[in-house]
Amino acid sequence: MPPLAVRNLFHDRVRLAVTLTGVVFAVVLIVVQLGLYLGFSHTTTALVDNSRADLWIVAKNVPYIEQGIPFSERKVYAVRATPGVAEAQNYIVRFSRWKRADGQEEATQIVGVNPESTMGQAWNIVAGKREDLKVDDSVFVDRIYFPKLGVHGLGDKAEIVGHRARVVGITQGLRSFTTSAYVFTNYRNALDYASLRDDQTMFILVKAQAGVNVGDLQRRLEAGLTDVDVLTRQQFSDMTRHYWMFTTGAGMAVLMAAALGLVVGVVVVAQTIYSTTMDHLREFGTLKAMGATNGYIYRVIMKQAVIAAVLGYALGIALSVFIVRESGKGGANIELPWQLGVGMFVVTVSMCVIAAFVSINKVTKLDPALVFKQ
Amino acid sequence: MQTPVSVRKLIKDYGEGPAAFRALDSVDLDVERGEVMLLMGPSGSGKTTLVSILGCILRPTSGSVRILGEEITHLKEKDLPRIRLSNIGFIFQGFNLFPTLTAEENVEMALDLKNIRGPEAKRRAHECLEMVGLSDKYTSFPADLSGGQKQRVAIARAIAGDPQVILADEPTAALDSQSGRMAMETLRDLAHRQDRAVVIVTHDNRVLEFGDRVVHIEDGRILRNSPATELRAPAPALTGTCTQCGATIV
Repeated sequence: MPPLAVRNLFHDRVRLAVTLTGVVFAVVLIVVQLGLYLGFSHTTTALVDNSRADLWIVAKNVPYIEQGIPFSERKVYAVRATPGVAEAQNYIVRFSRWKRADGQEEATQIVGVNPESTMGQAWNIVAGKREDLKVDDSVFVDRIYFPKLGVHGLGDKAEIVGHRARVVGITQGLRSFTTSAYVFTNYRNALDYASLRDDQTMFILVKAQAGVNVGDLQRRLEAGLTDVDVLTRQQFSDMTRHYWMFTTGAGMAVLMAAALGLVVGVVVVAQTIYSTTMDHLREFGTLKAMGATNGYIYRVIMKQAVIAAVLGYALGIALSVFIVRESGKGGANIELPWQLGVGMFVVTVSMCVIAAFVSINKVTKLDPALVFKQ
Repeated sequence: MQTPVSVRKLIKDYGEGPAAFRALDSVDLDVERGEVMLLMGPSGSGKTTLVSILGCILRPTSGSVRILGEEITHLKEKDLPRIRLSNIGFIFQGFNLFPTLTAEENVEMALDLKNIRGPEAKRRAHECLEMVGLSDKYTSFPADLSGGQKQRVAIARAIAGDPQVILADEPTAALDSQSGRMAMETLRDLAHRQDRAVVIVTHDNRVLEFGDRVVHIEDGRILRNSPATELRAPAPALTGTCTQCGATIV
């Protein structure tokens, strides 16, 4: 086919710019919003997902990880005695106050772990070793929160509810969904930092023995324990994600923004492709008079839409990658996995094709006799 | 051999009820191969309606229209593009070229509709443009061509698919006299040398010399259907004796 679609599209540069702006705007808005959703989603459940525990034991009716309720730490002995349990560790996640060297206080989330366990540890450690947490008053903090916590590196000191804290390890990219930075410490320190009694814990992390069915072990633990819920890692992750994403409305807000981007994209592209079609209506009438079927003309219009989609997508995804990278330097966690990139391509082409149907409808009704009118 | 265009008792009404208007009334017409037929008449006489029906663009109210022997009045709407594509080439008053395509691409467009693409399409496009004297304008865009050149590109496009019937709507209206003559000569050659049936709708008396037959239409009826030579014949010499002065006029 002679390049009618391409030429018509590129003939009016201003209109092409408007079309591409519409597509780029839609792509960036959708990618950033969905990336935010993914980022939020993974951030909210990061502690659970990276815990390496098969089961989480939580106080009865705890809806999500930040809402843990203290219960007797002695339950851990009953858990360890249950057949099929390879390891069980008390675990603390609780909000507290971090007092910087300059006296300013910041909210933090204390994460208390057994440094010798494989479960519940900090990840993405860029300085220090897990074993360093065995020392009293030692903490790991994330580099992202240095300014907020008023520290600059290893050895810096602060105070957590009147107890000394010293940075012995640094992680990279462990964002909290709330504005409170994670502070990893050993379980003993955590009791102090989180203002818990010695006989209290917030969670028990359980690792099943190799070959043991996790579902069976979950049922056994449920049968043997009172006043607690036994959840698989996935269950607790889903509950936490659902709470933050949908009960608070945060997830719906970003999904709505993504949907809005899609609607805006469709409208802008539909309008500009329709406008281009109207400008070339006489040419389409000529094509019809020459014997072109409606299908042939649809292909011309569709080709225009797909070219606009591909160009708009390329520009939009490039801009999105830039935004994602820049936002990573700040506090926002926007994720752009390749699946989102590929999915967005399909969405962009679909968006432009749907937009083209408005023009196709017009051309379908076009009377080729208009070619005889001056 | 089949008559390229044959029309019998053709009626076309527009509107319904009291607002109904008869644009064509019992039109009978044949256009033969190798013939240039000029369709003339005042505005609103039904010329464009007739040529639209001959071009399978408009459907008649009643009557018969045969294009190369195929009755088209009974065909479904979706079958008409096939008839147009196979048998009819259109030339328009405003040229109707695709402004974003070059001359050769404009011609290739007609070939593309017939699934002729690639080097073969290019070769045939060049052939057609050469035939109309535009072998040096293959890559020119319509905006860079004169009116006459644009019309010749339109003619090249019309003949690219090798149709047996050429329908031209006021092909000289937008052209100066010299370009108009060149366009008409080309159309005449298409009929006389290539044995095609050429129908030209025109108001322009200057084209009479290029026609073989003139059909005069008025109020939807054919008033006259005669060889063009009759209209072109010089007026009889005025001879006799002046009744007042007695002088002999030669």
